[in-house]
Amino acid sequence: MTKFRLIAPLAVLMLVLAACSPGSGSSPGAGATDGGADGTAAATGGGGPLGGSVSILAVYADAEQDSFMAMIQPWADENDVEIEYTATRDINAQLTTQIAGGNPPDIAGLPGPGPMAQFARDGELVPLDDVIDMDTYSSQYDQGWITAGTVDDQLVGIFTKVSVKGLIFYNPEQFEAAGYEVPEDYDGLTSLVDEIAGSGMAPWGIGLESGAASGWPATDWIEDFVLRQSGPDIYDQWVAGELPWSSDEIRSAFEAFGAWSTDEEFVAGGPNAVINTAFGNGGDCLFADPAECYLHHQASFITGFFEDNFPDQAVAGETYDFFPMPGIEFDGVTTAGDLFGMFNDTPQARSLMQYLTTPEAQQIWVERGGAISPSREVPADAYPDETSARFAEIILAAETTRFDASDLMPTEMNDAFFGAILDYVQNPDDLDSILENLDTVQESAYGGG
Amino acid sequence: MDFGILGIAIAAIIGVPAITVLYILATEWLVRGLPERRRAQVRPWLWLLPAFAFLTAYLIYPMVQTAILSLMDRRSETFVGVSNYLDLFGSDDFWQTIVNTTLWLVFFTAITVAIGLLIAILTDRVRYETGVKALIFIPMAISFVAAGVIWGFMYDFDPDIGTLNAAITAVGIEEQSWLTEWPRNSFMIIIVGIWMWVGFAMVILSAGLKGISTELLEAARIDGANELQVFRSIILPLLAPTIAVVATTIVITALKTFDIVFVMTSGNFGTEVIASLFYRARFTNGDAGSAAAVAVILLLAIIPVMLINIRRFQQQEAMR
Repeated sequence: MTKFRLIAPLAVLMLVLAACSPGSGSSPGAGATDGGADGTAAATGGGGPLGGSVSILAVYADAEQDSFMAMIQPWADENDVEIEYTATRDINAQLTTQIAGGNPPDIAGLPGPGPMAQFARDGELVPLDDVIDMDTYSSQYDQGWITAGTVDDQLVGIFTKVSVKGLIFYNPEQFEAAGYEVPEDYDGLTSLVDEIAGSGMAPWGIGLESGAASGWPATDWIEDFVLRQSGPDIYDQWVAGELPWSSDEIRSAFEAFGAWSTDEEFVAGGPNAVINTAFGNGGDCLFADPAECYLHHQASFITGFFEDNFPDQAVAGETYDFFPMPGIEFDGVTTAGDLFGMFNDTPQARSLMQYLTTPEAQQIWVERGGAISPSREVPADAYPDETSARFAEIILAAETTRFDASDLMPTEMNDAFFGAILDYVQNPDDLDSILENLDTVQESAYGGG
Repeated sequence: MDFGILGIAIAAIIGVPAITVLYILATEWLVRGLPERRRAQVRPWLWLLPAFAFLTAYLIYPMVQTAILSLMDRRSETFVGVSNYLDLFGSDDFWQTIVNTTLWLVFFTAITVAIGLLIAILTDRVRYETGVKALIFIPMAISFVAAGVIWGFMYDFDPDIGTLNAAITAVGIEEQSWLTEWPRNSFMIIIVGIWMWVGFAMVILSAGLKGISTELLEAARIDGANELQVFRSIILPLLAPTIAVVATTIVITALKTFDIVFVMTSGNFGTEVIASLFYRARFTNGDAGSAAAVAVILLLAIIPVMLINIRRFQQQEAMR
């Protein structure tokens, strides 16, 4: 009988615990209404306020979050919709988790065209063909942006702000003090870099740390070299998984990046600083007095970090300016953009998606700085300074533009690319095995789809 | 949702005992036809039934489901046999993970128990015992994520931020990249784990220590045993069951480690452990099959520890 004394209370306890757990099963699927209200009418202000709420998940935090909220606030006020905004830096994992849990946000920033295609083929994304007025959309946006947001002939992602990649930032004041001049071509750049290094100062400031996505800033470097050394055709093959990583073209891009990033003479703080410095602080050395580096390679959005990190010092055109990474064998521009997709078909979500594509909405962020609108309707004088107007001009003027390669690759490939970069910066002599490893991932990442 | 929190609370306070009583009455009604001896045999099983039902629904079913998923492709659509396991065994990342998990098992467990025991014994007979113990127990109350962030700052490469680099540069040593060079980075993260869990080990061991009768210790001392002999021949054997419980708990913690690694290095630089490998497979790469295979391997690794624990419990029961 002694055993029962133990078992009985245990069983009762189990019952208590068990009875607690099911309880009120609140029904999900509140967002499953079929958009009975006419979304188009609501967006243009007819038909009274929408009310309700909309949940948004995106990567914007701090200053970017303020700008994003400023952009959607007029819409929220007009339609009396409550915004439930969540910021995450690890958007891919967060989205996958929420989708797997049957509780995706109404609208989310998408990690990139690669993952977007996966979400779309899994049937998670709501097609936007009947949400967005396609005639207006295609008259305002370059076909490249529409194609990048389209999967299997259906529009699923829209771009609200884009960035130019492969820009080299410098500090004009420091340049002048040291007597350096902006190079005209790639040879000019390499001789400038050598000249700075020869003076005993590391020319580059590089920061690759970014939490789970650490390493990505260097993927921009590699992409720039692939596009400029080997041309857009090789670039496209590489993105599509048809060109092995161990090929000469990709290897030479890694080596060109490594020649600078793994050598203490060429990069401020040496390779250890490269992998330990947060990407947002990678260009801080431009503003040090005296200068600790002279050049920083990054996308256009970095100016937001400059102004945040050095509110008193960073002035566009005075203490920071940029020139595009010069062409080598080929010319080209790499771009990226923030995609938004709709996961729940609610009237509020539809209305907001429509609003996000309007020039009025995008102009708000453009005026606040740090954003380039992909819409042709946003006037050049909306940009707060000459620097950001020049960003927009580069995108509009370029003949060869390519979307960020790593963003286009399947997530598994992308993740391995990030890791490989970190590995390479630490152990540049292991390049052979690092590229072989990427080849192995390439086989499974594209095949498994 | 419409119930509100109050409604749920009332349902729990009134409903749960009511359902319990009803269930017991119902089982009594079921067994009423049986002879008294049979009734006594059947009754415990009926009482255990709800618990078993919930265990099945919440533990055994997901476990079986995970094992099945580990044999399917990344979208859980087609059967692929053991290829997920073969892929894992063939990847360097997996073996790196196994090495790191072993480092955690050995060093995290051994050092945490050793320091916990040392502190428990050293503070056992001093006046400020409570103060010291509270101080050491505090990290236990911090979340792993917070601890990861705090120590991330301590280990920062920039001597203006990183305490450790500030300290070594102050004495003229070049600053070190603590979290990017394997195996040093794994040990640096294990130190954070130890910092958090020593408090737990100390509290349990200290309680065990109080349970050893002072007469026994006095007798040994009167017989001429020195403190070291008392420790080795009396305290240690008597404390062995407690040490075993603490060690198994910490071993399981080591196997499940995720938060600190994820916050401090995201599994980069060769610091991946089983749980972070699982996370990467499932949530970064969206590969349900490979992730399930990792989960099954983790489960298989924990089972022996559980068995040892259960056997020990049975031995203790038998001794009573």
